[in-house]
Amino acid sequence: MRKVTLVQISIVAALVLVLELLCDTGVIDKITMPPPHRIVVDFAKLMVSGKLWPEIGKSMGNVLIAFVIAYVLGIAAGTTLHGYKAVRDTLDPLFATYYAIPVFAFYPLFIVMFGLGDGPQVLIGILLGVVAVIVTILNGLDRVPPVLRKTARIARLTPLATALRVTLPFCAPYLLGAAKLALAYAFIGVIGSEFIMAKNGMGYEIGYAYTNFDNATMYPLILLILLFSIVMNGLLTHWEKVLLERRGIQ
Amino acid sequence: MTGEMHRWRNAAVLVVGLCLLWQTAYWIVGDVALRSPWQTLRFTAKLVQTDLFREHVTNTLYAFAIALVIAIGLGLAIGFALGLHRLAAEAAEPMLVALYSIPKITLYPILLLAFGLGMSAKVAFGAIHGIIPVALFTLGAVRGIKPILVKTGRVLKLDSREMVRSILFPAAVPEIFTGVRVGFSLTLIGTVLGEMFAAQHGLGYLLMNAISLYNIDVIMSVTFLLVVFAAGVNAVLLAVDRRLHFR
Amino acid sequence: MQAHVTLGGVTKRFPARANGHAVHALGPVDLTIRKGEFFAIVGPSGCGKSTLLDLIAGLLPASDGRVEFEGKPIGSQIPDGIGVVFQEDACFPWLTVRDNVRFGLRTASVDDAQRERRVDEAIAMMGLSEFAGAYPAQLSGGMRQRVCIARTLVAQPRLILLDEPFGALDQQTRLLMGDEVLRLWRETGATVFLITHALDEAAMLADRIGVMSARPGTIIDLVETDWPRERDSRIVERTEFGAITSRLWKRLRDESLKTMSRAPT
Repeated sequence: MRKVTLVQISIVAALVLVLELLCDTGVIDKITMPPPHRIVVDFAKLMVSGKLWPEIGKSMGNVLIAFVIAYVLGIAAGTTLHGYKAVRDTLDPLFATYYAIPVFAFYPLFIVMFGLGDGPQVLIGILLGVVAVIVTILNGLDRVPPVLRKTARIARLTPLATALRVTLPFCAPYLLGAAKLALAYAFIGVIGSEFIMAKNGMGYEIGYAYTNFDNATMYPLILLILLFSIVMNGLLTHWEKVLLERRGIQ
Repeated sequence: MTGEMHRWRNAAVLVVGLCLLWQTAYWIVGDVALRSPWQTLRFTAKLVQTDLFREHVTNTLYAFAIALVIAIGLGLAIGFALGLHRLAAEAAEPMLVALYSIPKITLYPILLLAFGLGMSAKVAFGAIHGIIPVALFTLGAVRGIKPILVKTGRVLKLDSREMVRSILFPAAVPEIFTGVRVGFSLTLIGTVLGEMFAAQHGLGYLLMNAISLYNIDVIMSVTFLLVVFAAGVNAVLLAVDRRLHFR
Repeated sequence: MQAHVTLGGVTKRFPARANGHAVHALGPVDLTIRKGEFFAIVGPSGCGKSTLLDLIAGLLPASDGRVEFEGKPIGSQIPDGIGVVFQEDACFPWLTVRDNVRFGLRTASVDDAQRERRVDEAIAMMGLSEFAGAYPAQLSGGMRQRVCIARTLVAQPRLILLDEPFGALDQQTRLLMGDEVLRLWRETGATVFLITHALDEAAMLADRIGVMSARPGTIIDLVETDWPRERDSRIVERTEFGAITSRLWKRLRDESLKTMSRAPT
């Protein structure tokens, strides 16, 4: 395992170095992108100045709301759906083709229906994430071995107790996987919508900085989103891996 | 093949259900923000015949086609190259997965700065959406080839070219195809999304423009067309995918 | 009888992998397999039986000693005239039974008419004619294994290596497949080298049985069965059969205990 991490770190370091070189020598001009060290400095300055904390807070808040609703709704819907095969089979084509559909295409419609507030953004985030959660948890519930359910019946557990002490603990890796997806989609939905048409928030600020050639603001913000996304994804993936390894699944 | 017939019946029920939902929403919300399914169909029929529409659709399809070729081509190359080397695959896979989860629209301003406004930026944006799933699935496909099949190839004394052609490739095709299918959808989404943010042509632009003009008919029609196209093609690709995996 | 395969002082060591030590997997092994005989190897798990087979097939190079097939040393090239059947399902899932078998002649220089004839013969020999157009996924485990055997036979090998080919099958199917292998052995006149962990299978099928020690595996006993060439699974009814299996178990019991008491690697 450690050798792999070494390779990964070296790849990232090498890429950053190459970027630095290309920027410093002018192959990539300053208008397109400042050198990495410059971006880091601007990042620090931006964070310290606190100028954009309200925007960052607003976006992250919406991401959190979208995530929580998508996750809770998805788990609830998925567990319920698992018991009704006919309904599930009817919805199956929807789930299978859902992520092919440009959900963002509905954004204009939502603006027209709900106005230009935070609503449409959060809604897109929820819509993007909820189906991924449903599909993941259905997958997990499908895989509960019948022998475990039989064991629960012999131990005379109630349906609720079975769910809490047998099926859901079994599905823990899937619950985590679903959280990962819900978070990623909440991010994409909210920030993406802010880009397209919003009056505030991180996405909007990046767009604004772009039109004003303000690389000193734009790149640090992009870096912040990338960092946050990668770190959150990494943490959840690590947790998921620990769970899977404990069960002997690679 | 009643399994297949069941699927068609379910799909039909679903479509009918969605249309009913749509109609109900229209009754509740009204003309101020929606159009009914029937109205949308009629308007769409008229819209597709206009030159304006043709111009934008061609633009989008053209950008999409190029982006798709790049995404699949590069994705396959990366996936294969990484898949054949164990250390490279182990190191690269988590990194690709991390890239997969970042909101790629945040990279769009960078692409615009690099490529300028216009076709290249759109194509690049579409391509970066599709390239990662193709690479990831191809990587998985190559690594998932049963070692016993490779061993059989060696026992039958196949040289490397033969090995790739008659064993490695056919064994990996089902998984690769799934990657291509996902890549197709995501590249389309990426291309249209790029048009929505900063473009002067294409269906995405048409959509955003319609908001400022408060042209609900256009919004509904273009959205409808995009959904039907994306869902339709994906359904076909899914059917092929299922058949490949059944073997 | 002339020697078909000769192993002289053959050892195999595997270099250390991450978090592990170098493994002395096999040897030294001295063994001569006679042309046309049915030779079986039994031994505790992990003793290097499969490694031995890989060395004879030319899939692995020996660390020490020499391996010869038909008088010529086996280098890194897989020699002509050797066929291998593995324990795992090695059918190509994207090809029909017929195409799978035809694949066995891929590197052979035969004209098209002869190719189809040989394919048909191999399919008939394994009783698969009815399923020639089916895909492996539609067949049972035993039938898939027969497809792999047909694919090996179609190239008319002079030496057939079988690496626990029936390990994944149930006991009854195994006994019947054993009869099949004996029939094929007689009909093709090839030399057969079988690896198995089932003592009764070895005792029933082979002319000679080599018993391997625990890792690193060496040959600690060679048992001659003196069975007639025309034999089948009913040979288990003979009293000598019990004596042979007892002798094998007596030699193997201690070796197997040694293996069991080792910590998992």
